[in-house]
Amino acid sequence: MDIADEIRDPLMIAERWMGEGRDVAIATVVETWGSAPRPTGSHLVIDGDGNFHGSVSGGCVEGAVVSEAAEIIREGEPRMLEFGVADETAWQVGLSCGGRIRVYVERLG
Amino acid sequence: MDPHLLKKLNVERNARRAALLLTHLGDGRDRLIAPGDAVAGALGEAIERSFRSGKSMSVEVDGRSYFLNVHLPPARLVIIGAVHISQALVPMARIAGFDLKVIDPRTAFATPERFDGVELLAEWPEDVLTQTPLDSFTALAAVTHDPKIDDYALQAALEAGCFYVGALGSRKTHAKRVERLRERGLSEADIGRIASPIGLDIGAANPEEIAVAVLAQIIAALRQRPMGPA
Repeated sequence: MDIADEIRDPLMIAERWMGEGRDVAIATVVETWGSAPRPTGSHLVIDGDGNFHGSVSGGCVEGAVVSEAAEIIREGEPRMLEFGVADETAWQVGLSCGGRIRVYVERLG
Repeated sequence: MDPHLLKKLNVERNARRAALLLTHLGDGRDRLIAPGDAVAGALGEAIERSFRSGKSMSVEVDGRSYFLNVHLPPARLVIIGAVHISQALVPMARIAGFDLKVIDPRTAFATPERFDGVELLAEWPEDVLTQTPLDSFTALAAVTHDPKIDDYALQAALEAGCFYVGALGSRKTHAKRVERLRERGLSEADIGRIASPIGLDIGAANPEEIAVAVLAQIIAALRQRPMGPA
């Protein structure tokens, strides 16, 4: 992996943030149904100030994951989030592509 | 996630070694698994399947949910020839996630000024490729036009089972190349795997556009071929 990759690689970024003493949450796509935009295993990493890198969708649900991550960093308990089409009641965001995804969000450490 | 595991996982990924992070979704506990590590039962079978297919997955075993996140080495692109096309191909392939290596024994071409920040070897392919052999996670594009430089690399790539082998040159140039590779003892099936003229047919009209066509062809070869650990 060269330097350019490391700059964009979410897990490398998470390690760097940790080294800088920042709080970090890691979100991972653990299951997809239908035409999900990012494959299983994709990561979004979030720090305590809401900075983030990577993606778990095509930009549709990242905002919701980032705000959940703030609570997960505070409380320490991992959560499973689920997003589908126009899921207005649950998360007020949805995947316009028509797929459905489950995202596991956990605190680093 | 355990911070020590994250560090270990990143070390493995940087060293181009396969690794799998196993997370118990119930309690959040995780562990790092290498190919060949003994894990019993249905979970072990799922882990093996994940390493083989390169696909991460969720599994239920004895009422417990696990997530298997498999990390296989990223595809590598070896470019023979530090030419104009390569100068465009390098940054594009880097953005697409490829590990890169450029080889050209002609020191006038292989200069750091022309190829900043990429592994650049001003040596003969014979010397480089015997020290760091090609593998099935690697694509090779030979773009020098010079048989003295390209031919050995093409032969080595075909023999190593590279997932993509492409060679620049017109149909006439390629016909002569095919003759030479036959004389080197390569089979018709192997020679038939060479993509030449190189790149998808998108009417590319300059080095930058040719680089797009080549990268698209490499990605097609990567994604349309089942890949397991070498």
